Amino acid sequence: MNRAEDVGRILKVSGPLVVAEGMGTSRMYDVVKVSEKRLIGEIIGLEGKRASIQVYEDTGGIGPGEPVYPTHDPLSVELGPGLVAAIYDGIQRPLSDIAARTGSFISRGVEIPALPRERRWNFVPQVKKGQKVTVGDILGTVSETVLIEHRIMVPPDLSGEIVEIKKGMFTVEDTVAVIKDKDGKKVNLTMMQRWPVRRPRPYKRKHAPYEILSTGQRVIDTFYPLCKGGTACVPGPFGSGKTVIQHQLAKWADAEVIIYVGCGERGNEMTDVLIEFPELADPKSGEPLMKRTVLIANTSNMPVAAREASVYTGITIAEYFRDMGYSVALMADSTSRWAEAMREISGRLEEMPGEEGYPAYLSARIAEFYERAGLVECLGSDDRRGALSVIGAVSPPGGDLSDPVVQATLRVVKVFWSLEANLAYARHFPAISWLRSYSLYTPSVAESVRETLGAKFLEDSKEAMRLLQEEDELAEIVRLIGIDALSPKERLIMEAARSIREDFLHQNAFHEIDTYASLDKQAKMLSAVLRYYREARKALDAGADLDDLIELPVREKIARTRYIPEGDRERIPKIEEEVVEAISSLKRKEEVTS
Amino acid sequence: MTSQKTPSTKTEKTASKQKLRGIIDYQTITSVSGPLLLVEGVEGVKYEELVEIFLPSGERRRGRVLEVNQDKALIQVFEGSAGIGIGQTRVRFLGKGITLGVSEELLGRVFDGLGRPRDGSPPLIPEEFRDINGLPINPYARSYPNEFIQTGISCIDGLNTLVRGQKLPLFSGSGLPHNRMAAQIVRQARILGAEEEFAVVFGAMGITFEEAQFFIDDFRRTGALERAVLFLNLADDPAIERIATPRVVFTAAEYLAFTKDYHVLVILTDITNYCEALREISAARKEIPGRRGYPGYLYTDLATIYERSGRIKGSEGSITLIPILTMPEDDKTHPIPDLTGYITEGQIILSRTLHHKNVSPPVDVLPSLSRLKDKGIGAGKTREDHADLFNQLYAAYARGKEAAELAVILGEAALTDIDKQFMGFAESFERRYVSQDEYEDRTISETLDLGWELLIMLPRAEMKRVRDENLVKYYDKAAAKFKKSEEKHAS
Ligand SMILES: Nc1ncnc2c1ncn2[C@@H]1O[C@H](COP(=O)(O)OP(=O)(O)OP(=O)(O)O)[C@@H](O)[C@H]1O
Ligand SMILES: [Mg+2]
Repeated sequence: MNRAEDVGRILKVSGPLVVAEGMGTSRMYDVVKVSEKRLIGEIIGLEGKRASIQVYEDTGGIGPGEPVYPTHDPLSVELGPGLVAAIYDGIQRPLSDIAARTGSFISRGVEIPALPRERRWNFVPQVKKGQKVTVGDILGTVSETVLIEHRIMVPPDLSGEIVEIKKGMFTVEDTVAVIKDKDGKKVNLTMMQRWPVRRPRPYKRKHAPYEILSTGQRVIDTFYPLCKGGTACVPGPFGSGKTVIQHQLAKWADAEVIIYVGCGERGNEMTDVLIEFPELADPKSGEPLMKRTVLIANTSNMPVAAREASVYTGITIAEYFRDMGYSVALMADSTSRWAEAMREISGRLEEMPGEEGYPAYLSARIAEFYERAGLVECLGSDDRRGALSVIGAVSPPGGDLSDPVVQATLRVVKVFWSLEANLAYARHFPAISWLRSYSLYTPSVAESVRETLGAKFLEDSKEAMRLLQEEDELAEIVRLIGIDALSPKERLIMEAARSIREDFLHQNAFHEIDTYASLDKQAKMLSAVLRYYREARKALDAGADLDDLIELPVREKIARTRYIPEGDRERIPKIEEEVVEAISSLKRKEEVTS
Repeated sequence: MTSQKTPSTKTEKTASKQKLRGIIDYQTITSVSGPLLLVEGVEGVKYEELVEIFLPSGERRRGRVLEVNQDKALIQVFEGSAGIGIGQTRVRFLGKGITLGVSEELLGRVFDGLGRPRDGSPPLIPEEFRDINGLPINPYARSYPNEFIQTGISCIDGLNTLVRGQKLPLFSGSGLPHNRMAAQIVRQARILGAEEEFAVVFGAMGITFEEAQFFIDDFRRTGALERAVLFLNLADDPAIERIATPRVVFTAAEYLAFTKDYHVLVILTDITNYCEALREISAARKEIPGRRGYPGYLYTDLATIYERSGRIKGSEGSITLIPILTMPEDDKTHPIPDLTGYITEGQIILSRTLHHKNVSPPVDVLPSLSRLKDKGIGAGKTREDHADLFNQLYAAYARGKEAAELAVILGEAALTDIDKQFMGFAESFERRYVSQDEYEDRTISETLDLGWELLIMLPRAEMKRVRDENLVKYYDKAAAKFKKSEEKHAS
């Protein structure tokens, strides 16, 4: 409870911004409770005793004179068993519990703890009494789901000696260990930590990412790969496929923990995840994907300030799992909505606007956010490593890439998947431009890819890209002069490039088999596609007829390799052999006729 | 600011406040700017509170608190500020937000843009009053829209399938037949195998009397009027009132859908007029304008309206939304269509070029999209071949259009044979598939069969988006049928 003199008074209400006086005991970024409705707010400006507060709930019906109660705590998340498979709003209130308490619509002033308080978890100790432990050391584990072993760590800033360690069933508030710190003070530890969302969690050191984070999406893995611990962005106009890509990554990316942040987007898209993920099997373990997923949903109809907080809530939870030594991937859809929330609050604060009305600190905030990704050596005496990969969708107005949010993002991320409206209109999905996108990780992952898939795959991918680039140039000629201007060799390049686009890059997220392709399947498919080109080219040199080559029925089989289930992927090299056979029999036939 | 709490008649300034039955009337308007009033010396005023304004003429208007700063309240007047003077006008704060009285008696009635009767009948006896801002649907409580709505229009049913609970706008331009298309959807929309019909909640914002009358006549003719509620803010009604209209509409729709289990179809037209009213307020407040002068919060504002549609777990009813907007200069990247597209679950785009080519409805198929189709189609819903078929139709049409563009520049002779076939396909597709009479109600199997009938113009090897089993079952069958009828013709 607050002392009366701590309680502030509202002076002004303007949308999600409230200004209050008498807030002298509060600090920047402290959480406050606004009015008797106890709406949750955060101090985002302090001038003397006057505080500007962004309120995470609707402020209708609130007015001057009403009280503001300080909590003297920064906006924080609860970290511990119970996170996995949960769905939270932007400030980590469990939406399932809110629905159980207040029905289908979110009413105001609901306070529900993020981690369930009643539930007991089986704590298995990993340390012994008398053992010296330091920050980050694993005290014990809880098997939270079949996929996630939750590692209970010594919280930041603490080290000392274990004086007591328990074993058995506990709630997140029960003491499971007692540590005597360096001053001889005994500290009781529970399975739950709290961490302020705006402060990155500490680690020992960062390393350059080098291992591919396979996503099962052919255009990504083959041409523009992401790394474990890397950063990527997906900008594109509406309807170009950002959300589908984010969902595909959440489903199929080779990460151990997924944090999915729906930031200011559609409610139904979160429902989609909630319905689908418990049904879908993780390709590695066969277990439901939901068992490795945490959802943050602050949809577009939910209060705008909480949208601003949602990305921080998400990334703090992600860092926590990273600290356990996991490879974590966070998707944020869409970072533009986060930036717009910043802009709205900044406008109400009457700050000096920068570009397009965004605050001048926009790019700093975006850079800080992506900087929380990385491959790190975790705190603790073992040498475990954790990775946090971050993939942000960006929704620029009119799809215009000169948008300040896109530009600020491109300055920090290493992978750019450029979505194009024209590809989406032709239903070429994923609508990732194969010419305009880039990945700065291509050289870094080469070694690990070579080890697993062999050098040929790297060669094939380079050759495929070369053909696509040539196609682009040739298409320009066709546009100006017509197809007759091309030599048979050039027309074959056009055909080969078309096949790369249609038979390899195009991938239907809604087809039960096509939705995911392992790296190995990708390599085999690409090899078959290119084999056709290489053999046809030889045949052409030997005098074969181009139209005969183009009309070869076996090409239909190449086009259908995508529908071959993972388990049968050995059939693809056989199709490749059929291609060779078909072309050489064509050659034989021609030799006979000529 | 001096305190004006005690009612007294000593000076003019303190006389400006009259206490009537516990309600305070303020006569302390200090500035009027556009549709905004600044009232000073107020006390106990809340953000978003409803306000009544009494003009010296006896006229009564309504307003809403946009911002309150100590003893100053900024008020947006729905009917505009014309005639409001400093000194004589009284302002009363009602201590609550704007509400709508709801009951099933809403059906069959016509109201103004703020929910007051417009049909001459007395106000309805409400079961309850609801704040028009509503509350956000908890995403956890939603249930995913996946029930196919047959509109009888091929380019919707076949290619951009609408499902119950979806929000699918019509992006149009002035002079294009969007109203006819919307009326056709209202006439023909049905759920296969279900008896019940949609209840319609219609919100007009700044459209002309004639346009509104077109809908009313059509609803009347088909009997839809009895299960419809109309909220009309017409072109000559106060512009600022439009800001409340979609919220009033959704308050009625939510009540009917989630309390009374109706399947509700909401038509909002014209969103562009709504956004312009919002821009007017923003300009009057001297806010930093976003693109083209629209406020930076336009996305959030539109989202809090559109996202009120959907389905909810444990509730029988649903809200399906079809907003109509005319794109300024037919520009899809204009903030209104752009931000709408970022919120809705797809869009149907009408094209002036097709309109001139007499394709009707002139739906521009390629940039149109229904994002919820994938879970609303297929075996048991429409037909097993539906997904493959539309993927293939899209790919083929896109290629045909590309070829047609080339042909314009270089002449048809410059095309390869296969490109010519694609071009021919695209032409037939526009003529036979997209074009359809206003009163032609095609069943989904008619629509799907028509798709195959067109695809057989193209070689089988080009059917890359179609699974083998569907190729055999549908493509081959359509091809065989075609061959037979050819033979019959020949003999
Ligand atoms: N890989 C894919 N396979 C099949 N269809 C796809 C794929 N990607 C996108 N689509 C189609 O495109 C539609 C739009 O995609 P999506 O919702 O991801 O767009 P978006 O870029 O997130 O749009 P917005 O910015 O409005 O949220 C999907 O509903 C789906 O029909
Ligand atoms: Mg999206």
